[in-house]
Amino acid sequence: MSALVLIELHGEEISANSRAAVTAATQLSSTVDALVLTNDAANASAVAAISGVNTVKVVVDAALEHVSAGIASKIIAGVMSDYQYLVAGSATYSKNIIPVVGALLDVQPISDVCEVKSANTFARPLYAGNIMATVESSDEKILLTVRATSFDHAKDDGSATIEELSADVPESNSTFISLQESQSERPELTTADRIVSGGRGLGSKENFGLIEQLADKLDAAVGASRAAVDAGFISNDYQVGQTGKVVAPKLYMAVGISGAIQHLAGMKDSQVIVVINNDGDAPMARMADLVWNTDLFGAVQDLIDNA
Amino acid sequence: MKVIIPIKRVLDPYTQARVDKQTQMVDLTNAKMAMNPFCEIAVEEALKLKESGAASETIAVSIGTDKTVDTLRTALAMGVDRAIFIKTDGDLDLQPLHLGKILASIIKREEVGLVIMGKQAVDNDNNQTGQIISGLLNYSLGTFISKFSLSDDAQSIEVSREIDSGIEVRKLNLPAIVTVDLRLNEPRYASLPNIMKARSKPLETIELSSLDVDVTPRVKVISVEESGTKDRAAKQVSSAKELLEELTQMGVL
Ligand SMILES: Cc1cc2nc3c(=O)[nH]c(=O)nc-3n(C[C@H](O)[C@H](O)[C@H](O)COP(=O)(O)OP(=O)(O)OC[C@H]3O[C@@H](n4cnc5c(N)ncnc54)[C@H](O)[C@@H]3O)c2cc1C
Ligand SMILES: Nc1ncnc2c1ncn2[C@@H]1O[C@H](COP(=O)(O)O)[C@@H](O)[C@H]1O
Repeated sequence: MSALVLIELHGEEISANSRAAVTAATQLSSTVDALVLTNDAANASAVAAISGVNTVKVVVDAALEHVSAGIASKIIAGVMSDYQYLVAGSATYSKNIIPVVGALLDVQPISDVCEVKSANTFARPLYAGNIMATVESSDEKILLTVRATSFDHAKDDGSATIEELSADVPESNSTFISLQESQSERPELTTADRIVSGGRGLGSKENFGLIEQLADKLDAAVGASRAAVDAGFISNDYQVGQTGKVVAPKLYMAVGISGAIQHLAGMKDSQVIVVINNDGDAPMARMADLVWNTDLFGAVQDLIDNA
Repeated sequence: MKVIIPIKRVLDPYTQARVDKQTQMVDLTNAKMAMNPFCEIAVEEALKLKESGAASETIAVSIGTDKTVDTLRTALAMGVDRAIFIKTDGDLDLQPLHLGKILASIIKREEVGLVIMGKQAVDNDNNQTGQIISGLLNYSLGTFISKFSLSDDAQSIEVSREIDSGIEVRKLNLPAIVTVDLRLNEPRYASLPNIMKARSKPLETIELSSLDVDVTPRVKVISVEESGTKDRAAKQVSSAKELLEELTQMGVL
């Protein structure tokens, strides 16, 4: 039976979590199609290159630029009559939509899958990642969101056919007003090889600038703890953790972050963890590979000067 | 406008979950339990609507075993007008699709204009129930909201959603379901006098079996294992040069 992958696009750019979803789908089915909901057909052409994708199904409508979960789910539920699996990357885009599709198809979706164990058995984290559960679905159709840090990101050596679908786009009971996007020249947090992350220890928005300077020196992305975001040092889309973004870079540098369960949930699978903290007993320090037990202000400045 | 706040009793978020060696399931006997933090934020937002005159009544609903009543009492003590307790038997493993159907039936019965709930329960981390209710009832949906305002004509709400790329603002027609994120507000504590007062507030108990909802499990937990952080053999460094050299040697710079 075949699998459909919901692709998240930003303009023409395919989000990394969608590439992970394609990989997960290929582990479930030999026929994997992609679904793109967009306001501009041209945006879909790049999707045809994702390796493993058979056919790209595209629905084009002006209402799909900032699509509501209500509209998206109705379209997807219609397309799903031809598929057994619906797979999407774990991200706010799909978390908003997939459960609604579940309601329409009377299927219990499975969130944040980390491993495909069999056609209907999956591993997923519970309790901020402190527990890994193996779960089995008995639904006829299976709806999954998958962690982008747990599956390879499908590359671009495919050549799928593109097929435009004429779907009825229903009326929406919500209206898009605006989007404030964070603009950054730095690497994207969820795909970066290196991340420099700052916490409450930075003390102020101005001081948080040190994290940004160090990130630039190391060609790294910037991350933050919830406390740093709550205090207004940086915007919400930089939060790493249980309720923020999940990352697994080669290098994660935690500066002035204590290491609460909820923060660790978002970064514990990083390859090398560096901690800079003046409290050598902070939980964060126990799971570090390298600890610099010192005042962060001098330390970060020295790193900026020497890197 | 009536406002319903579905709330969940969960393992205290600052407690580490453990697996019971005997049952091979997460051990919650004697564990410290609390209201799901996102649900506290939802309750706070509902109370603000009541205080501003926009909400006529605030109703907390929770589905679970007898202990769940404690969590409803907390919501009443925070200031919610009344509570509905949907009583389940033993360890029934209810999933968001079931919860959604149960809550949808209560929402319809009460003719609710607005449902305010947590974006996720911090035990199962499903992040699904609000979305599922919106699908079942075809109500408008605002997930991950960090700002909220009611329109002057009280026909719609404007919400800011914390999404991966930034903040999205949408207008939702009422009735609507919103799921709240961390930065919406600071939930209040229940004062002692209010805890006393809460005891006399109405709390209705409904047996789950009396509702016409199929709760056959769709997704079964086969096994669980502890997968928390592993202590790493931290090496101490004491200068920027030393740290940078180590990182270069490890091949991550
Ligand atoms: C439902 C829920 C969800 C949550 N989700 C998340 C999430 O997704 N992500 C997240 O990060 N948190 C999350 N949290 C919050 C989490 O519990 C912690 O409160 C938060 O991570 C703490 O941030 P912090 O480490 O920056 O601050 P703190 O815990 O205050 O730590 C600050 C650290 O800085 C150090 N420090 C201070 N000054 C200096 C100095 N001059 N030099 C060196 N070191 C210094 C201190 O020793 C301390 O270790 C969540 C909480 C809840 C309840
Ligand atoms: N047993 C329950 N009773 C009432 N509401 C619940 C229950 N479980 C979940 N919810 C609501 O659904 C939200 C999201 O939960 P979840 O989809 O499980 O992550 C929670 O924050 C609650 O508002």
